[in-house]
Amino acid sequence: MRRAELVTAIVLALLSIYLMWKSTALDIGYISGEGPGGGAWPFWLAGVMLVCTGVIAFNWMRQTSPPSQSDEPLLDRYGRRMLFMVGGGILAFIALVSVISMYGAMFVFLIYYLAFLGRHRWSVTIPVAVITPIVFFFFFEALMRITLPKGMKFLEPVFNWLNTIIY
Amino acid sequence: MMEILLHLGDGILLAVQPINLLLIVIGVTLGLFIGAMPGLGSVNGVAILLPVTFLVPPASAIIFLAAIYYGAMYGGAISSITLGIPGASTAVATTFDGRPLALQGRARLALVTAALASFIGGSVSNVLFTGFAPLLASVALSFGPPEIFSLMLLAFATFVGLGGDDIPKTVFSICLGLVLAAVGYDEISGAPRLIFFDIPGFMHGINFLVLAIGVYGIGEMLWTIDSTRGKVTTTQTRMTVKGTIEDAGEGMRRGWKGTAIGSFLGFFVGILPAAGATPGSLMSYGVAKMLARNPKEFGRGHPGGVAAPEAANNSASTGAMLPMLTLGIPGSPTTAILLGGMVIWGLTPGPRLFTDQPEFVWGLIGSFYVSNILAVVVNLAFIPLFIWMLRMPFTILAPMIFVLSVVGGYAATQDMHDVWLMLIFGLGAFVLRKLDYPLAPAVLAIVLGPIAEPTLRQSLLLSSGDPSIFFTRPIAGPITIIAIILILLPLIKVILGRRRGAETNAA
Repeated sequence: MRRAELVTAIVLALLSIYLMWKSTALDIGYISGEGPGGGAWPFWLAGVMLVCTGVIAFNWMRQTSPPSQSDEPLLDRYGRRMLFMVGGGILAFIALVSVISMYGAMFVFLIYYLAFLGRHRWSVTIPVAVITPIVFFFFFEALMRITLPKGMKFLEPVFNWLNTIIY
Repeated sequence: MMEILLHLGDGILLAVQPINLLLIVIGVTLGLFIGAMPGLGSVNGVAILLPVTFLVPPASAIIFLAAIYYGAMYGGAISSITLGIPGASTAVATTFDGRPLALQGRARLALVTAALASFIGGSVSNVLFTGFAPLLASVALSFGPPEIFSLMLLAFATFVGLGGDDIPKTVFSICLGLVLAAVGYDEISGAPRLIFFDIPGFMHGINFLVLAIGVYGIGEMLWTIDSTRGKVTTTQTRMTVKGTIEDAGEGMRRGWKGTAIGSFLGFFVGILPAAGATPGSLMSYGVAKMLARNPKEFGRGHPGGVAAPEAANNSASTGAMLPMLTLGIPGSPTTAILLGGMVIWGLTPGPRLFTDQPEFVWGLIGSFYVSNILAVVVNLAFIPLFIWMLRMPFTILAPMIFVLSVVGGYAATQDMHDVWLMLIFGLGAFVLRKLDYPLAPAVLAIVLGPIAEPTLRQSLLLSSGDPSIFFTRPIAGPITIIAIILILLPLIKVILGRRRGAETNAA
C-alpha cells in the first residue's frame, strides 16, 4: 500500500489544482459591497485540499501513516479479480440501461452476479433475477410514478403493454 | 412543560395513525435486518432507501427512515453476538463481550441483554430529547448567519478534533465534500460554477444522495466483499419464553450499571456532530469497564459489556437527531442524510421547524417512542428469524444492494449522468477507504455545504469583509473559539506527546 498511498496523494493533488484552476473562472477575491466572489469558496477549499495532500505525502516520507508502512499491495490477486468482476459488472449494468432499459439491465446483472460470481443454482438465480425487476417495475412506475429508463426503441411495445396493466 | 407534553401527545397520536404505524413496523424490521447484515449499517440503509420515500408525505417519510435508523441500532447486536462480526460499526463494542458469551453457549443471554439495554437507552434518550429539543430550538431561533456558520465550523472541527482518523485525510475529505456541494450555480451571482468539461449534467449540481449512495452503497460494499473473503460461522440459539425471561433478569441484574452509563453517555456523545453512535458505544464500554467492580471480567463475557454499548448506540442515535432538528446540523452521518432528505421534501431544517412545522417535528418525536417499543418487541420475537436470515449468502445480498443503489441514484434526480457519477464516487471511495481516508466527513460536508457557503458570505457582507464578526458576537464567538480549539487539538496532542517523549528520553 506504500506506493498506492503516494500515487493517490499525487492524483488528489492534481485534482485539487484542477479544482482551484476551475474555480478561477469566477471571482476568487473580495468584491466590496458584494462580499466574497463566487469562486472564492471552492478556490480556497481546493487550496486546503492541496495543502492536505502535501502533508499526506510528507507523512508518507516519514512513514507515519499506517498505509505508508504497509508492504501489502493495495489490491491482492483476490482484490483485483473482485474489483474487475464486480466493479466491471456494475459498469456493464449501467451501460446496458440505455440499451435494454433499467429493468432488462437489472435482469442481466442479477443473472451474471448470482449464477456466474455467486455460483448459485439456476433454481435460485432465475426466480431472483425475474422477480426483482417485476417488483421494481410495479413499485416505481405504478406506485411512485417515477419512470425509470426504458432503453432503446425496440422495447417500446413491451413497455406499452406493461403500461396498460398499471394505468 | 405542560405544553411539551401536549405536543408530545399529539405527536404520538400522529405516529400511531395506521399509515405511520405500518411504516414504523416495516422500518424497524428493515432496520433490524440492515443492522444485522455485516457491511450494512443504518447509514447505508437510509441512504439507499431515501429515494423510496418520495411516495409518502414528509412526516411519514422521516418517521420511516428514523425507524430504520432505530431498528439498525438494535440489529447490529444480533450479528455481533451470533457471528462475531459487528453488523454495523455502531455494534463493534458489542462483540467484545457478546461473542465470548455466545461461545460459552449463552448467546440468548447476550441477545436479550442487548435488546433490553437498547430499549432502556432508547427510552432515556427519548425523555432527554423531548426535554431539551424545544429549549434548544427556542434559543436557536435568534441565530443569524454568523451563528449558523460558526456551528458549521464546529461540526467540521469535531471531525478533526474527535474523529480519531488521520488529520490531513479528514480535512481533505471535508473540503472535497464542500467543493462538490459548490458544483452547479453560484447562488449569489447566478453564474455557472465548476461545470467540469462543460458536461451539462453538472449544471444541476451534485445531489448529496449521489455521493452518499456511491460511498455507502457501492464503495462500502466493494470494501466488504474485499475484506470479508473468509466464511463466517453463525452461533445458533434456542429462544423460549421461560429462558428469555430468566436471561432478562440476569442480564439486567448484572448489566444495569452498563445500561445506565450507556443511556446517558450515549445521548450526549450522540449530540456531537462527528461522534454519533459508534464512538458513543465504544466510550460507554470503556467507562462501564473502568467503573466495574471487577474490570477483568469485561471482555470475557460480561452482560454489562453488552449492555453499555447497546444502550449507548440507541441513545446516541436519538441524541444525533437533536442538533439536526433544532440547529439544522446533523449529529451523525445518518442524520446528515436525513437532513438532506428534509431539504428534498421541501422543508428548511433548523429551529424554525418547531414553529412552522410542529406536526412534522412532534410526529417524528412521537415516533421515537413508538419505534422504541416496537423495535424491542420485533427484535425479541424474531431473533431466530434474523439468525436464519444472516445465513443468506452475500452473493445474493450484494447484487440486490447494487441494483437498489443504481435505481436509487437514478430516482433521486432522474438523470443517468448522476448514476455514472455515483459509480465513479463508489470506485473512488473504495480506494480511499482502503487507504484510511474517512468518508463520512465528505458526506456530511456535501449536505452542509449549501448552508455553510451562503452563511459565510452573508456574514462577511454584514461585516464588510471583517472576519472578526465570528469572534465578537455573543453566541457565535464562543462557538468559533471552541471550534478552533478542536481543530488545534491534534496539534496540541502532538506537541505534548513530543515533550513527554523528550522527557522520557532525558530520563
